[in-house]
Amino acid sequence: MRIVRGVRAILLLLSLTLLPLAAWAADLGPALDDLAAGGFEERARAIETLGASGDPRAIVILRALTEGTLEVTGDKRVVIAKDSGAVDPLTGAAVELGGEPERIRVNNRLRGEIEAALARLNLFSPDRAQRLEAARAVLHQPDPAGAPVLEQALAAEKDSGVAEALRLALAATTLQSGDMPAKLKAIATLADSSDPEIRRLLGEVADTADAAEIKAAAAEALRVIAQRNLAIEMAANIFQGVSLGSVLLLAAIGLAITFGVMGVINMAHGEMIMLGAYTTYVVQEAFRAWLPPAWFGLYLIVAVPAGFLTAAIVGAAIERGIIRFLYGRALETLLATWGISLMLQQAVRSLFGAPNKEVSNPAWMTGGFDLAGGFTVTWNRVVIIGFSLAVLGLLTLVLRRTSLGLYIRAVTQNRRMAAVVGIPTGRVDMLTFALGSGIAGMAGVALSQIGNVSPNLGTIYIVDSFMVVVFGGVGNLAGTLAGAMGLGITNKLLEPFAGAVLGKILVLVGIIIFIQFRPRGLFALKGRAVES
Amino acid sequence: MRRGPALLGRTGWLVFAAAAILALVVVPGLATLPPPDSGLRLPAYLVPLFGKYLCYALLALALDLIWGFAGILSLGQGAFFALGGYCMGMYLMRQIGTRGVYGNAELPDFMVFLNWKSLPWPWWFFGYFPYAMVMALVVPGLLAAAFGWLAFRSRVTGVYLSIITQAMTYALMLAFFRNDMGFGGNNGLTDFKDILGFEIQAPATRLTLYAVTAATLGAAFLLCRFIVTSKLGRILLALRDAEARVRFLGYSTAGAKLFVFVLSAMLCGLAGALYVPQVGIINPGEFAPGNSIEIAIWVAVGGRGTLGGAILGALVVNLAKTWLTDAAPEAWLFVLGALFILVTLLLPKGILGLAARLSPILGRRLVPARSGSDV
Repeated sequence: MRIVRGVRAILLLLSLTLLPLAAWAADLGPALDDLAAGGFEERARAIETLGASGDPRAIVILRALTEGTLEVTGDKRVVIAKDSGAVDPLTGAAVELGGEPERIRVNNRLRGEIEAALARLNLFSPDRAQRLEAARAVLHQPDPAGAPVLEQALAAEKDSGVAEALRLALAATTLQSGDMPAKLKAIATLADSSDPEIRRLLGEVADTADAAEIKAAAAEALRVIAQRNLAIEMAANIFQGVSLGSVLLLAAIGLAITFGVMGVINMAHGEMIMLGAYTTYVVQEAFRAWLPPAWFGLYLIVAVPAGFLTAAIVGAAIERGIIRFLYGRALETLLATWGISLMLQQAVRSLFGAPNKEVSNPAWMTGGFDLAGGFTVTWNRVVIIGFSLAVLGLLTLVLRRTSLGLYIRAVTQNRRMAAVVGIPTGRVDMLTFALGSGIAGMAGVALSQIGNVSPNLGTIYIVDSFMVVVFGGVGNLAGTLAGAMGLGITNKLLEPFAGAVLGKILVLVGIIIFIQFRPRGLFALKGRAVES
Repeated sequence: MRRGPALLGRTGWLVFAAAAILALVVVPGLATLPPPDSGLRLPAYLVPLFGKYLCYALLALALDLIWGFAGILSLGQGAFFALGGYCMGMYLMRQIGTRGVYGNAELPDFMVFLNWKSLPWPWWFFGYFPYAMVMALVVPGLLAAAFGWLAFRSRVTGVYLSIITQAMTYALMLAFFRNDMGFGGNNGLTDFKDILGFEIQAPATRLTLYAVTAATLGAAFLLCRFIVTSKLGRILLALRDAEARVRFLGYSTAGAKLFVFVLSAMLCGLAGALYVPQVGIINPGEFAPGNSIEIAIWVAVGGRGTLGGAILGALVVNLAKTWLTDAAPEAWLFVLGALFILVTLLLPKGILGLAARLSPILGRRLVPARSGSDV
């Protein structure tokens, strides 16, 4: 492994020598001479020089030194031994060996110094992650002696993230050694960061610094950091609340149609979500089996309409086969649809088996970005928030702008009158129910990305979905949005104080009490419709 | 002053007496008298099983009282049942004493495991049987009173009530799953040793528990019949069919509903308290919303608004469940689901309603006349 790394470093080195860095060669020459010369004192000095050089080739030389492949030939030339021969450490060119070369020895003290030198040199590594790590390492153990190297690295740094880390590391170093104004300035710089390590450093300074001024500045910086962290935490909680709200919204939108608009208590609503999730699984497997891997990322795009269709067809069948005989008998509908949900669960369990199915995020949904101070936003959450709003918007359009939407609203408002003017109410009922179910299916596609896909998937969401619809107000999409976001954010804001489960319980109890005062939800329909 | 219909008609009393003889004489007789290897002997494992069915029947009876007669479809009956069960479970846990794994006389095993130092206050006095029994009635009753008072006062009815009762049992389930609640968390309460000094596993104890359950069910049935044939029962029926009209006539619908709701919750608590010693465990799974919905199907299968039908439905469905989960475990949920659908579509009045349609004379005696639309 180390050899491989060494070779890789050599290759990097070879490519780097093409860059106009040759001027440094002169700087490294004396160090190599020192190494070749023999005494541990000279070698320590050479390591020091190499470490301060900021030259990527120094990394290769120091690594070779720790690995024991750095050798000195009879004519006092330093070479790096390879399986195939020896190479020049500066140019990477092969070297003809005149006689048996001798390994350059190091002792434990030198090893420690090599480590430190390598750590500093990594600040110049061509690999961004390595540079970042090196900067962080300095931050964790600031050493005043390293300040010039840090400044050198900072001057050369192009990447803003690494530069930021370097600035912090430099400030932390200054904190150890600088004079009063420099220290105060360093504290001000450090106050911009939320790194827990910096809080520890500042805490130390606030406790142990000699000058009262510095103590006060450090305490002030800590206060600023704590305040900012609180704000970030709050923002993170709200984001997670919105994220949970979007999940609730997705789960509830379909129900807002079937329950809210049609008044059907569809206890099989959760199973429509489950069908959507299993459709996603099937589409994923189909992509894996028959299509080139490069297309795999697209499976989710295909799964959305597929999930909609599957759930919509099942929904239409349920409406035509069962629910239409039960209109006007809400409690009986509840029981019959509960029966449907049991059968659908068992059917899926028999078909796919009881264990969870693995549905993977496509590449474009994995990962995330660091927004501020350790508050990471993952892409799948962002996509789901966007998706839920898109679905809500689309549904609003369908209800407001299409003839189907017009029919749906007409039948909801006055079924008989709608029939009289020629609207096929039975067909509209079927289509409305299919629409609501289909949206639940699309929700299942999205929810398969963040949770387990199992036959019980629906039961997790059913109580929550009803809560959202009832809380928001039946027959009102804006209410559903408000209900979902309200419940999601409340839940997440309660979590830090009460814990996840207790937070959820409090929300449920809150809804139960809320219903007592606003029995028809946040956005109640007014007028005679209420009485029916 | 005449209260309306008689407590039970002549056929009704005959059926009641036959059922009582079957449950209290024939079953115990078959379980004890014939020699152990004879074919007539009832296997020992069946006695607690029958006891369990009778607990379910009591549960169904309690739901029928409020759903069939007052139109309140509570999907939280399972919560009252489980609360009663937990009260009994706590008594039984206290009886274990030093025989637990950790041998701690003061604390149940799970508390020792969680490193608790003293008994939390909800557990105080649960070592006394009468206190535990009173609590098994009072705790569900109080919860129902608080919940019902809030809900009926603000006229939350129909499916809204169903949904928030479901939310109630769901919230309780989440709460009881937490270890911090102090009721054994996920594992619940189990490993009971004895009840009132009798070994809980002994056949004689089990037979007694079964007989007590049967007698309780009979008494509860008569109590429910008494209520539905009283003036209050007429008000309940009236408000089930047209609540606003009853209110305009000057009756306190909220009070009437609250009364039966609390009574029903207490019956459920009683069923839970009888259930736990016979099955030997109580855990938060009993709060699952699905359980409460299943009770509704027992009632619907037997015949809603008939009381007797609810008992019959609970027995039939659970017998079928026991048989099917053994014979074809995959098929059970299909059957249960189909039962929900077929009964609501084709048998809105359940088995008793079907009997009434097939044999009008017998039917009139078994199924009280019903009026109005289904709610």
